[in-house]
Amino acid sequence: MASPQPTGPRPLSPHVQIWRWHATMAASIAHRVSGCALYFGSALIAALIISVAMGPDAYAAMMDFVLSIFGRIVLFGFTAALSYHFANGIRHLIWDGPGAGFSPATASFISVFNFLFAIAATLGIWAFAYYG
Amino acid sequence: MSNQIRTPLAQVRGLGASREGTSHYIRQRVSAIALLFLVPWFVISGLIAMRGGFDSAQGWLANPLNAILIVLTLGAALYHMRLGMQTVIEDYLARTSTKQVLLILSTFFTIGLFTATALSVLNIWISAS
Repeated sequence: MASPQPTGPRPLSPHVQIWRWHATMAASIAHRVSGCALYFGSALIAALIISVAMGPDAYAAMMDFVLSIFGRIVLFGFTAALSYHFANGIRHLIWDGPGAGFSPATASFISVFNFLFAIAATLGIWAFAYYG
Repeated sequence: MSNQIRTPLAQVRGLGASREGTSHYIRQRVSAIALLFLVPWFVISGLIAMRGGFDSAQGWLANPLNAILIVLTLGAALYHMRLGMQTVIEDYLARTSTKQVLLILSTFFTIGLFTATALSVLNIWISAS
């Protein structure tokens, strides 16, 4: 019985390294990544609420952490992830409910829009926190 | 040629191989619809409250309407998180034992956070009234 002989380079499936980045791809990955960030970041929001129940000293200690440079970076990342996941979540609901927005042009446009919305909303929340 | 393996009854029930795919899908979306309304309120209302120091934060949590909405927001968010992380764990982990351990830990983490925050809100509400 003849063993299979390679007849030349075989066609390969597209994979990560040769796959051109699309807005929809980036949007989908960012949705999952931001969701995971929110999963762990929610512990910070929970800790803030728990610290209020524990009294002024615990709250002050918690606020010292939140208002430190590290705390601000974490909170900034949390608001960015929340803004993005919120906007892209609405798109998912429109996809799943009315079933609209599936055409490549619309899907790409909304992907870019969601990223821009997330940047604007994050900056808006922080501007409100500082100057509102 | 038919490649239909599932019986007509199984198809109508739409439960899938693990018998719960559809309910997971629906629950993820129902909690998302709730969060669509709760999260903007939580962010804006919470931000205003937290800016005014401890008394302001305590007053915000002690208000009954706020307390109800906060517990609803946290409940919907943690439920949504639990379902979302389940999908991530099931997608990336092939080993059944690791997968099950992480799913159990995720359940403990989310239910633990919910219990701790909900009881904290209740504690503030009751001590204030």
